[in-house]
Amino acid sequence: MGTGAVALEVRGIHKTFGQLEVLKGISLTARDGDVISILGSSGSGKSTFLRCLNLLENPDKGSIRLRGEELSLKPERGNGLVAANAKQLATFRSRMGFVFQNFNLWPHLTILENIMEAPVQVKKQPKAEVRERALALLDKVGIAAKRDFYPAHLSGGQQQRAAIARALCMEPEVILFDEPTSALDPELVSEVLGVMRALAEEGRTMLVVTHEMNFARDVSSEVIFLHQGHIEEQGPPAQIFSQPKTDRVRQFLTNHLS
Amino acid sequence: MDFQGYGDLLIQGAGITLRLAVGAVALGLILGLSGAALKLSRNKLARAVGNGYTDLFRGLPELLVVLIFYYGAETLLRHVVNDLLGIDTYVEISPFLGGVLALGLIFGAYSSEVFRGAVLSIPKGHVEAAKSFGMTPFLTYRRIILPQVWRVALPGLGNLFLVTLKDTALVSVIGLDELMRAANTAGRSTRDYFTFLMAAALLYLALTVLSMAVIHLLERRASRGHLGAAGH
Repeated sequence: MGTGAVALEVRGIHKTFGQLEVLKGISLTARDGDVISILGSSGSGKSTFLRCLNLLENPDKGSIRLRGEELSLKPERGNGLVAANAKQLATFRSRMGFVFQNFNLWPHLTILENIMEAPVQVKKQPKAEVRERALALLDKVGIAAKRDFYPAHLSGGQQQRAAIARALCMEPEVILFDEPTSALDPELVSEVLGVMRALAEEGRTMLVVTHEMNFARDVSSEVIFLHQGHIEEQGPPAQIFSQPKTDRVRQFLTNHLS
Repeated sequence: MDFQGYGDLLIQGAGITLRLAVGAVALGLILGLSGAALKLSRNKLARAVGNGYTDLFRGLPELLVVLIFYYGAETLLRHVVNDLLGIDTYVEISPFLGGVLALGLIFGAYSSEVFRGAVLSIPKGHVEAAKSFGMTPFLTYRRIILPQVWRVALPGLGNLFLVTLKDTALVSVIGLDELMRAANTAGRSTRDYFTFLMAAALLYLALTVLSMAVIHLLERRASRGHLGAAGH
């Protein structure tokens, strides 16, 4: 819980899939420089929550504010809340980076082209300028030598680092990570976590859905524990990890911190 | 083989056949992409239009479509120009144009299914990634989906092209001097059908081999970045 200005403020997110209420009113505030880890067992709604923040999933209720500006939403029958203004949604999304579990690099573009695509096509920034920034980012995530390769030629860890560079190249104000290491072979996890750690150290604002307990404990400024669609516990990692208030969180941590 | 002065007619015929096929495919690709977009639309009416189009043209014999289109379109156009617009002029659809339209509509109907399957084969995550950067649906379609659709659809489209190349022979019935009709004319004049039909067969095969080479090149190009693909 930093002391910076409020970057992202989310209030009362509800989401139902059919009969199943997946999210029962989740709120959080991310200040500049915050690294918020969202934990919970599978099915607790943590990925759905993250995907609701940039409307990859449409929430049924709730509000999302980026730097105080509220995303206008309107109800659509059978579809929950959708953006009332497509332009505003596009701008919101371009200001929030999203890193997927399965990387989702575009296979027909080289790594460098993947990274340059959105800044050039969406933000209409000059190619030369974007290219320079993209190359610096590739260097930063340690895959500069792979810039002209296609995604299929990279290992999972390299692909995820490329995906992180792709998100960073849009110069987002907040980056959302949806289980960024869950699809990786165990020996490749640390290279991705290393990059994320470096980003946290340079003060990036990050929301991280993860199963990596060590990362959550050592890197985050705040931990949120979700259970069956509501926040079971929330606080600084030192408190959550050493003095969990509920048995459920204690049990979860025992199982996951081996 | 002795072509008794009809060699040029055959070569010209082969040229018309190729132009007819390429013209039909150019039109058919536009129709196919549009048809696929309609079929995949969230709008019920759009889906109905897309499905109606493909059901109709896949359900009729090609020869019938060629005939209906040639005579029907001409009559219709004549009615519109002469009676409705009151312009007193002789209206005629050339056999070539009639053939391009008929075969293009047929190619479009079949290829829209190929395109639809290709679009559906693209992982949802690629589109989500585009969305997450604020790309508009049109930009996503143009930059992310289409280049990949092309790669998946090419083998199917290549197949359809070869079918269309041979369907051009049907246009001979409306008097276009393409390869089939040229061979027939030469055979009738010289009473040596066999020679000219064999020559036509060889020319069709030559066109097919040429097309396959081009299709293969396109497939290699479109498969950049794919492991184990032809272009690797």
